[in-house]
Amino acid sequence: MSGTNGRYEPVDEPGLAVARLMRTKSRRSFLMMGVSAAAALAGWKWLTTRPEVGDVPYPLRRALEFNETFSESYFEEARLAPTFPREMAREPRVNGEEGLLRKFDPLAWQLEVVGAGTPLVFTLEDIRQLPRVEMVTELKCIEGWSAIVNWAGSRLSDFMAVHNLGTRNGTRPDGRNRQRDLVRYVGLETPDHAYYVGLDIQSAQHPQTLLCYEMNGQALPVEHGGPLRLVTTVKYGIKSIKRIGRITFTDERPPDFWAERGYDWYAGH
Amino acid sequence: MKTLEKKHPLAIRWLHWINFPILVLMIWSGLLIYWANAVYRIGVGGYTLFNFSSDRVFEALAIPYRLAEGMSLHFFFMWFFAINGLLYVVYTLISGEWRYLVPDRRSFKEAIQVALHDLRLSNVEPPPRKFNGAQQIAYTTVILMGAGSLATGVAIYKPVQFAWLTALVGGYEWARWEHFWLAVGYVLFFVIHVVQVARAGWNNFRAMVTGYEIVTVGISSSLEQPKSSTPATGTTS
Repeated sequence: MSGTNGRYEPVDEPGLAVARLMRTKSRRSFLMMGVSAAAALAGWKWLTTRPEVGDVPYPLRRALEFNETFSESYFEEARLAPTFPREMAREPRVNGEEGLLRKFDPLAWQLEVVGAGTPLVFTLEDIRQLPRVEMVTELKCIEGWSAIVNWAGSRLSDFMAVHNLGTRNGTRPDGRNRQRDLVRYVGLETPDHAYYVGLDIQSAQHPQTLLCYEMNGQALPVEHGGPLRLVTTVKYGIKSIKRIGRITFTDERPPDFWAERGYDWYAGH
Repeated sequence: MKTLEKKHPLAIRWLHWINFPILVLMIWSGLLIYWANAVYRIGVGGYTLFNFSSDRVFEALAIPYRLAEGMSLHFFFMWFFAINGLLYVVYTLISGEWRYLVPDRRSFKEAIQVALHDLRLSNVEPPPRKFNGAQQIAYTTVILMGAGSLATGVAIYKPVQFAWLTALVGGYEWARWEHFWLAVGYVLFFVIHVVQVARAGWNNFRAMVTGYEIVTVGISSSLEQPKSSTPATGTTS
């Protein structure tokens, strides 16, 4: 509708010019938008069809690992989970039977420890010898529920320090030279090896990471992991393994039951 | 006479449109996560209007048993949501766009007028500004909600390392509750936003894609006059 080839000039020529300009801009912008939307869809398709690592497309697994590195960079052992008055404690729901299904005699239970040197064996009495720590903290399940529970047991860090565990050369873990001496990971598994978790050494050394033998003032019930379970406030509940059979100190990342089923290996708070 | 006027800067348009699919993914993956412990409902006292743990709703959306998938998506796209939102805030601050967006004292009265007008209860036309009072309140609120989602999200994600933040938002379980209702808030915002954009018409919508709006100006206003820095005088936004 232009007047360039000698046709009748419309009265509102600026109006037409405006409409023409708008059309050009629209074409360009909507085309850009369409291309971007198509690219986003293609990106989504690509992301969700990648080969899986531990039941998760590998780019998402890498993202979880990136988040882990990021989280570890600001992790401070001195930061504690809030504690609550003892009256607020209640029984948490029994959740997850993996590793608890085999016949089990709590009285015959022993704890095996693997690391530098020959494997060691401990009894519940050995754990009880260590300083007793009681804490009323919130157990946070990865499903989203939480429960305030009164736990008692010994710090994993005390256990390591007293028995010279978790160092590469088998000497006493030294608070000041931790980074150099300590292995990077701790693996824990049930006696039947059906359930297993991995912890980074920082989280294992956290003062609220307990080898727990009492819950709400009673000996730890078998369905809650008695005689000895892990309780840590710096991870989701999936890491607080019940019925510990073996602890391994290692520089290799230990396998983790739920990390093999699509969850974050770190699962840290 | 008609003229083209620049309405939305390029950065705002990109950040706005990028936010949309990311927010959809965050809400979707969030639903996959909340399913595992869906304890929220809309109701007063014993009366429940809508229960978010209703299995039929979840099953219709194919949500059950996808907690791990939801978490891996949520903890990937959270970065894009946060960075995109942060860029938006920084851009509006630096460019001065915030002046059009942040409500002032008259915005609240004006918002009521706009609401009455849009509900056909009043004939008073919304003021011909880039964003009227109702828009200013809505667009600023949704940004504050974004900040709230980030804060409550971190409070849930790292309740020990950021224990102070978790305490600030009322503890772990409150953080989860707030995080959930903020997501419901986005959905409500989205519904109203889309209805209002549809009502405002093509010219207004096109401006969010192209940046330009066709504006009718009075005869007295000449095209040759240099444009002042006042906002575009859209009549329909």
